[in-house]
Amino acid sequence: MTSLASVLGQPPRIVNLGLEVFAAELEAAGATVIHVDWRPPAGGAAVAALLARLDDAS
Amino acid sequence: MPVRAVVRRSYYRDSMVLMRVAEALRALPGVREAAALMGTPANHELLASAGLGTAESKDATPGDLVVAVLAETDSAAAAALAEVERVLTEQRPGVAVAGRALPRTLDAALRQMPDANLAAISVPGAYATFEAQRALRRGLHVFLFSDNVSLDDEIALKRLAIERGLLCMGPDCGTAYVNGVGLGFANVVPRGRVGCVAASGTGLQAVVSRLAALGEGVSHGIGVGGRDLSAEVGGVMTEVALDALAADPTTEAILVISKPPAPDVVPRLEAAIGRIAKPVVVCCLGARPVGAGARQWVATLDDAAELVVATLRGGSWSPSLFSDLVDVRTRLTRARGTAPRGTILGLYTGGTLAHEAGLVLEPLVGAAAFRVVDLGDDEFTRGRPHPMIDPEARAARVRHAGASADVGVLLLDLVLGRAVHPDPATPLAAAIYDARRTAAAQGRPLVAVASVVGTDGDPQNLRRQITTLEAAGVEVLPSNAQAARFVALLTKPELEPSLFGS
Repeated sequence: MTSLASVLGQPPRIVNLGLEVFAAELEAAGATVIHVDWRPPAGGAAVAALLARLDDAS
Repeated sequence: MPVRAVVRRSYYRDSMVLMRVAEALRALPGVREAAALMGTPANHELLASAGLGTAESKDATPGDLVVAVLAETDSAAAAALAEVERVLTEQRPGVAVAGRALPRTLDAALRQMPDANLAAISVPGAYATFEAQRALRRGLHVFLFSDNVSLDDEIALKRLAIERGLLCMGPDCGTAYVNGVGLGFANVVPRGRVGCVAASGTGLQAVVSRLAALGEGVSHGIGVGGRDLSAEVGGVMTEVALDALAADPTTEAILVISKPPAPDVVPRLEAAIGRIAKPVVVCCLGARPVGAGARQWVATLDDAAELVVATLRGGSWSPSLFSDLVDVRTRLTRARGTAPRGTILGLYTGGTLAHEAGLVLEPLVGAAAFRVVDLGDDEFTRGRPHPMIDPEARAARVRHAGASADVGVLLLDLVLGRAVHPDPATPLAAAIYDARRTAAAQGRPLVAVASVVGTDGDPQNLRRQITTLEAAGVEVLPSNAQAARFVALLTKPELEPSLFGS
């Protein structure tokens, strides 16, 4: 697990989900970033909410 | 005029890419209007209200892309739709890595970058909680730009983050800086020794830009989302951020920026600040400390930046109303030559800047003499990008103000930085030019006053943005608070002795 000290003590390594322009700007600024080609789950928000409840990866 | 549409099934592009696609299609010959939207129920309503609904698009689902054009002729419409594929490709910002497929999920991304430590999330609000929760469970700090996340979900996400020793910056977090890296709408500022905690995106942008102009940089700017200091959320992430900056060796002084906290939260905030050995400056617009006031609370974003710089440099500081009185007198003389009449209309893209303008104006001119509109508010952004990205909604209102007999002065902000519109001054200047011409044709003067939030490092070129506005006759003041005081002076000359101190 990361900690507050780890993210404030070193350059962030970023996963970008959503607006592509943010990933492009982070790249342009020299940050380490990987962009996720995100799209809504089939079935929409209701399915996303269900997945959230099932996501027990903790 | 003919309306034609195409539907791309199971094809998703984000709202900013689609806005650019629509812009590019509108620029094609013979095209009067164009839209590129995912087929959600709300977007079908938007298409219908814009006269762009068609039989082809009516059964598009939320997972399908609809591109619709209104054109002067059938052949122009067909030609525009034939360009859709090219435009869709051209308008992507270019993050695809050549020869390597982009991951489709957070987990797939983590397999490629197992040491990732932060997720930047800007998916539509309906999906944001799920993605943020997953990221926190994978041990990632979260920068959550998405809005339309419920208060209950925000509370749950922040609780999960705190349990795991992580930051949850947002929801509705416009800007943050983590160890020199700007996230979201970020001005290009140097690294430095000032750490910020901000429940305000444009407030953070204004303060870090002012710090940069004063020769100071930012260690970290931890955004917490605009509701963190509400009674419901209780300032929990603000406290985490304050503790983190207190322990951070690169941070020598701390700034706290927000709109007014809930009254019950102020004592908690003061207690958290009281535990910090470093200097702390607080700008919670419109709020005052309830405790002993030993810490330094200031009234404006300008004051916050200036006081923290003076504190770091061991100098004394007292608030000044204008940074250059000679310049203000020159501008007043010039603008008064047009003898503005009527009320002050503030048209803002930054919510905190709009709030600050109201706080400055009300005691000077009275509530009846002005109206300030935050065009970034949810009611104006439903179904379209934020006005810092898409300047058209404000441009339309500026033009409308030109024909409104009761408006004598326009008060405006212009916010620069990474990921905002590449040249926001040009469409704003064009709208102001049109509005002033309309007003003049009706025998009314219309004065426009603005301030620009930005730095010399920003991609839009700060100097050129200011020059563009000035060329349209806009009086550009050095800060938002000074612009608000200037319009007060303009409409109430009797304020001069109190504002000029003479």
